[in-house]
Amino acid sequence: MAIPGQAFKKLVVAGPPQKQLHLLERDVLDKNDRDAAHNRQHFEQRHMLAINLVSSPGSGKTTLLEKTIKALRDEVTFYVVEGDQQTMQDANRIEATGAPVVQINTGKGCHLDASMVHRALHAMPPAEHSILMIENVGNLVCPALFDLGEKYRVVVMSVTEGDDKPLKYPNMFESADVCIINKMDLLPYVDFNMEKAKEYALRVNHKLVFYELSATKGEGMEGWLNWLRQEHMALPV
Amino acid sequence: MHEFYIALSIVETAELEVKKAGGNLVEEIVLEIGDLAGVEEEALEYAWEEAVKQTILEKARCTIEKKSGIARCLNCQQEFTLSFAYDICPSCNGFRKELLQGKEIRIRSLTILYN
Repeated sequence: MAIPGQAFKKLVVAGPPQKQLHLLERDVLDKNDRDAAHNRQHFEQRHMLAINLVSSPGSGKTTLLEKTIKALRDEVTFYVVEGDQQTMQDANRIEATGAPVVQINTGKGCHLDASMVHRALHAMPPAEHSILMIENVGNLVCPALFDLGEKYRVVVMSVTEGDDKPLKYPNMFESADVCIINKMDLLPYVDFNMEKAKEYALRVNHKLVFYELSATKGEGMEGWLNWLRQEHMALPV
Repeated sequence: MHEFYIALSIVETAELEVKKAGGNLVEEIVLEIGDLAGVEEEALEYAWEEAVKQTILEKARCTIEKKSGIARCLNCQQEFTLSFAYDICPSCNGFRKELLQGKEIRIRSLTILYN
């Protein structure tokens, strides 16, 4: 009923805001996984072998890489992506071997991700039938979670680091395919139990394949080099 | 610290979803994190505070549902719960196992507010 002469005030009731539940069920690393799948497809189309080298700092990844390239460069074309938080040091060392290299400085970042590798690929770009070695940032934790699109992940540990590394950093050893135990020439001088180290690693990942070697002295390199040769020969022509 | 990357990825996904839904803010986000996923909850909380500043998640309640590690022994087929990735089969002490659960890092849901 309208009351004459009286203006009605508009009454605003502040109710609770409307809300709605959205079910997502999405992997947080979904974007990286999609970027990695894209890289992997690229490697397959170009008949390339991509390897992600991971380890703690100072385990000898760069020396292993230098020696590997020098030993096989007459048979295989190598390309290298170097990941470090800072500096061009490692890239300069690799460049001296003659292999094209792209250095990625992650700054505060503690790992490479698939999109960084993707950009590096475009900067190269690698020839068909080549091997791409990706040297990840020295860190046994963070790089474990990030697929780069590699075919194999190779974790390098050295006898100077202690035999319990696989127990302390299980994600990295669990996600790897090959485990290189480096600095074997120093074994007599350190308290490192080889049997235990392997047992620990196998408890985390029973599929791991081991190569014991000394990249500096060259001992034991043949097994690792033969594995790479075989994988390279297995690439479709 | 990859937890920071994870927090930023969550913010990015949530921003996109809220925009797509035409909403304004997130009231609650539910995450699912496996015990063997390699994510430290404390580190994630620390990263979270920084990552959500001035975003649609700034005032959101973050609920984390934990998933325990479960594996099947490839030796005796027994299913067992793992606290650590290096745990062995409690029945036969076998190393060989297939992980069935515990590596999840997922966004389960968002409760989006509309004004």
